[in-house]
Amino acid sequence: MSRELFKFKGGVHPPEHKAESTSRPIHAAPLPKKLVIPLRQHIGNPAKPVVEVGERVLKGQMIAAADGYISTAVHASSSGTVVAIDLQAVPHISGLPDLCITIETDGRDEWVAHAPLDYQAMEPSQLRMQLRDLGLAGLGGAVFPSAVKLDPGASHVCSTLIINGGECEPWITCDDMLMRHHADEILQGVAIMRHLLGSTDILVGIEDNKPEALDSMRSAAAKLDFAVEVVKVPARYPGGGAKQMIETLTGKQVPSGKLSTDIGIQVFNVGTSYALARAIHHGEPLISRLVTVTGHVLRPQNFEVLIGTPMHTLITLAGDRDGTTGVLMGGPMMGVPVPNLDVPVIKATNCILVKSKELFPPLPKALPCIRCTRCADACPAELQPQELFRFAKAGDFGRAQEYHLFDCIECGCCSYVCPSHIPLVDFYRYAKGEIWAREKDKRAADLARERHEFRQFRQEREKKEKAEKLAAKAQAKRAELAAAPAAEGAAVSDADAKKALIAAALARAQAKKSDAAPKNVDQLTPEQLHQIEEIEARRTKIRELARKPLESEEKKP
Amino acid sequence: MASPFILDRTSVTQVMAWVLAALLPGIATYVWLFGPGILVTLSLATVTALAAEAAMLKARGYAVKPFLADLSAIVTAWLLALSLPSLAPWWLIVTGTLFAIVVAKHLYGGLGQNIFNPAMVGYAVLIVSFPVQMTHWAGPNELTSVHLTLAQSATVIFGGDVPRTTLDAVTMATPLDALRTGLLQQLTVDEVMTHPIFGHYGGVGFEWLAGAFLLGGLLLWALRIISWQVPLAFLAGIWLTAGFLNFFDAGRFGPPWFHLFAPSVMLGAFFIATDPVSGATTPRGKLVFGLGAGFLTMAIRTWGGFPDGVAFAILLMNLCVPLIDQYTQPRIYGGTDKEPRT
Repeated sequence: MSRELFKFKGGVHPPEHKAESTSRPIHAAPLPKKLVIPLRQHIGNPAKPVVEVGERVLKGQMIAAADGYISTAVHASSSGTVVAIDLQAVPHISGLPDLCITIETDGRDEWVAHAPLDYQAMEPSQLRMQLRDLGLAGLGGAVFPSAVKLDPGASHVCSTLIINGGECEPWITCDDMLMRHHADEILQGVAIMRHLLGSTDILVGIEDNKPEALDSMRSAAAKLDFAVEVVKVPARYPGGGAKQMIETLTGKQVPSGKLSTDIGIQVFNVGTSYALARAIHHGEPLISRLVTVTGHVLRPQNFEVLIGTPMHTLITLAGDRDGTTGVLMGGPMMGVPVPNLDVPVIKATNCILVKSKELFPPLPKALPCIRCTRCADACPAELQPQELFRFAKAGDFGRAQEYHLFDCIECGCCSYVCPSHIPLVDFYRYAKGEIWAREKDKRAADLARERHEFRQFRQEREKKEKAEKLAAKAQAKRAELAAAPAAEGAAVSDADAKKALIAAALARAQAKKSDAAPKNVDQLTPEQLHQIEEIEARRTKIRELARKPLESEEKKP
Repeated sequence: MASPFILDRTSVTQVMAWVLAALLPGIATYVWLFGPGILVTLSLATVTALAAEAAMLKARGYAVKPFLADLSAIVTAWLLALSLPSLAPWWLIVTGTLFAIVVAKHLYGGLGQNIFNPAMVGYAVLIVSFPVQMTHWAGPNELTSVHLTLAQSATVIFGGDVPRTTLDAVTMATPLDALRTGLLQQLTVDEVMTHPIFGHYGGVGFEWLAGAFLLGGLLLWALRIISWQVPLAFLAGIWLTAGFLNFFDAGRFGPPWFHLFAPSVMLGAFFIATDPVSGATTPRGKLVFGLGAGFLTMAIRTWGGFPDGVAFAILLMNLCVPLIDQYTQPRIYGGTDKEPRT
């Protein structure tokens, strides 16, 4: 290929460990007895359940609908009965359980009615709604709803479309295997993307450690009626990151804080393209994906897995071994440890990596930072990780943000090269979390202050209005009395005027009294009420204690 | 513990071990051309540094073994020992090493926390406090009539009974000393350089020692343990400043190659100014740091009170590191070229 390639800064080259899982063909994992399907598998709002416990569902039936623009639907991966909608353990970095729909499968694997879509005849916005309802999300790792990414926005075209077959993380081979065996379908998906985005320049980037995938994709691309350039890119982690792939192929960098579409480029993972082709040409929602099961197992390989399948069934299929020290979802550089092996495969699960002491020796104890800047040399975001570490450790989050903390993509290169073995990325995650929490607190406080200030303003205004009204009333009364016939005598008029004045004073006092009532006691939450009760109880206790003389005082004569 | 779950093979110990290994060509040349006295100095400094490090770690409540194993104390000891006159008395070596490890390193917070290079702090304390003892340089074997054995050198260092004549026969002014003294006596550079101590580029023997340090430094660069910016900028700073002065008045200012081929310059450029803890971290900052240190070295040599200025130049630049780093932050991925700094 004659295409000029560009070099992104930084990056590392960890041992690849790809050959382990590419020697065996793709197997379909068997239907499990129970499917646990989380409602939050994508970026954005979690899907809203549209089925009830006890309801029978069919394979491919929508069980939770997209909630809002940045969201996508979730489907039953097989037929069966909904047995629970509750919190279950899920593979997520937080380790917290999340809302899931549990389906007991009936073994019939009975499909819901589905049909191919004539995408060329459809209105683009309508087509995107369909894709949202088919549950499409990016399968490269970020799981961003695809329908949103397929909207070229105000510019109406996205001239460059990049299909990412980089797969730079060690151990993972599901994209490689997909490209080897389903190149035609991947490119069918590309045709649909091209249709929606109006792209003219279509590039497929594949790292040079996947020669079979390169060949397969090239011969498939040659059969197309539009031009797709399959480009071999040098293997270097994180070369498969969207921003790095863009730079390698086009020499352009996505401006900090902006999206690649702002520079007319959209990137999709090969798996997403395949899922899109299945959705359009077969009407199938996203209910399964390829998953690499590798590491400390007897037969590392790739499986076609239904979303919701518990991970332990796959590890058993691949042959579990003694001496397992943990399981990761994803690769060793950015993977997430799973809380237990009952957690389900989700749309983001590209790999199940089983650890052992030999393959993943425990990380040595960290030494102090010696500012050697190997991390800075390795950072693909071109940050100064040693400074970010210093600020994060010192709790100086403002400075960390000033040094572009939020441009960190958490690829792990800095931690990988650190000779002091400092878990740098942990520090950045911590700092980001703290900043988010503080911003949330600040927003809440700002809102409370605004409300309070408005309340004060309103009370002030009401007081003023009341006083004005009263003054006007008194004025009117006085005028009335003055206008009364003189025959009634000055004394009477005087008495009346006095009466009116007294009435006005009483009214004012009343108004003042109501103002003196404690503020902020209406619209209290149950927690606040509970707190107030507690405080009151404490005060009563203190008052009682105060009434009682102290022992030491009692003894005195 | 979260991702990543794998590590590269490098460790602090490994980095420090490479620095020590890269000093070996220099040490071997030293022994070959100036006699084995330096080995006594190196050993004494090493033992003192390890003892001081262990004591300070213990006093500060740190685990002694892992920190002692990082070899950083030995690096400090060797760099200080190689900066000292090779026949300096034992108490001078011990005092300098103790000051470097106890005050400059541990009282500032230990590994990674010292704002000044510990070896250079030790050196600066000694040259300010004991200027006379800091002149006990062994002359190159080529020029001295008496050659000390290892045992004899040890006797000299430990203050044993050595005839004054022997000592006078082995010690000699360094080329930089000779130049400074000569210029102060109103001689021209050409006149001073007729002295036998001056060789092709630097001093007899000294230029080879400088070459050996350069060789070790290039090894560190080839292994990417040091970056190219600091040494290159440091050497450029010396060469440009010396060249500029020499161009103006070759009679009053030494030639640039002479200033460049001093062992202290090569040691400073590749082993001391490249100390990551006390040096600048950004690529442009490293250039500023190196250039500044080179210029200051020449300024001290030319107008200052000491024949050599590498130590003070590096310490002064250590002082500027936070400022340099702040104002040389590089552009980030997808960032604008001009980053507004607050």
